Amino acid sequence: MKNALRISCSRGNLKAVRDFVAASLLDCNLSTLQLNQIVLAVDEVVANLIIHANGEDESQYLDLAIDIEDHLFAIEIFDNAATYYRPSTYHEPDLSEFIRLGKRGGVGMTLVNRIMDRVEFSSNGSRNVCRLYKHLTPFTESNSAGQ
Amino acid sequence: MKITQHSSAGTLTLILDGELDASSSVLLDTELAKPETLQFQKVLINCKQLNYISSAGLGVFISHLQQFQDAGVKLVFFNMQDKVYNVFEILGLDTLMTIVPSEEEATAV
Repeated sequence: MKNALRISCSRGNLKAVRDFVAASLLDCNLSTLQLNQIVLAVDEVVANLIIHANGEDESQYLDLAIDIEDHLFAIEIFDNAATYYRPSTYHEPDLSEFIRLGKRGGVGMTLVNRIMDRVEFSSNGSRNVCRLYKHLTPFTESNSAGQ
Repeated sequence: MKITQHSSAGTLTLILDGELDASSSVLLDTELAKPETLQFQKVLINCKQLNYISSAGLGVFISHLQQFQDAGVKLVFFNMQDKVYNVFEILGLDTLMTIVPSEEEATAV
């Protein structure tokens, strides 16, 4: 199954992105927790691309394409930003230190990396793409503990 | 995101209703940044109607927590949905912030 969405680079479109991802996963019979985690991971990447890569320039847009096959969720997020967003300097954050310093940002990619099985960023010069992958675990009575 | 609040006897309660993301978290930040917030002994966050939180929402709490602690203000979350609590857990924030099941327990902290 494939689904696609195009949005302009505005924070106000994050809700539409979350709804799009959730609707794509509707027939996968996921637990509430796993569904929310995948929606969250996509939301975090899209928010970073909107705010950091594209400077909330609403004339720019992101293209999202979801593919779900054999219990594997895959999403590609394309953008054309000149400033290629790649969190290559990613470090595991020290949350106690963040609190002490009153630091506001810097935990979004931690969530993405802890939730998704694979996170890839690449660019061919004019187009950038982020790919996220997650093995889906359909909700059953036997794996329902804590769900 | 809708935020309503009420106060009594040194306690400010904020009731969050909706989704806390990079778009709506500014509203919460504005509320928590008000100087009068630091006059309370406790700030209780009722999360019953909070259906979603992203890092932007978490970042608002992270950024204010130390200032609250320095001022002797306790920040306590209650009535949190499992899927929202799970986001705190993924980052380990459940051990750094005070999250209790009910309003009674929040009041007793």
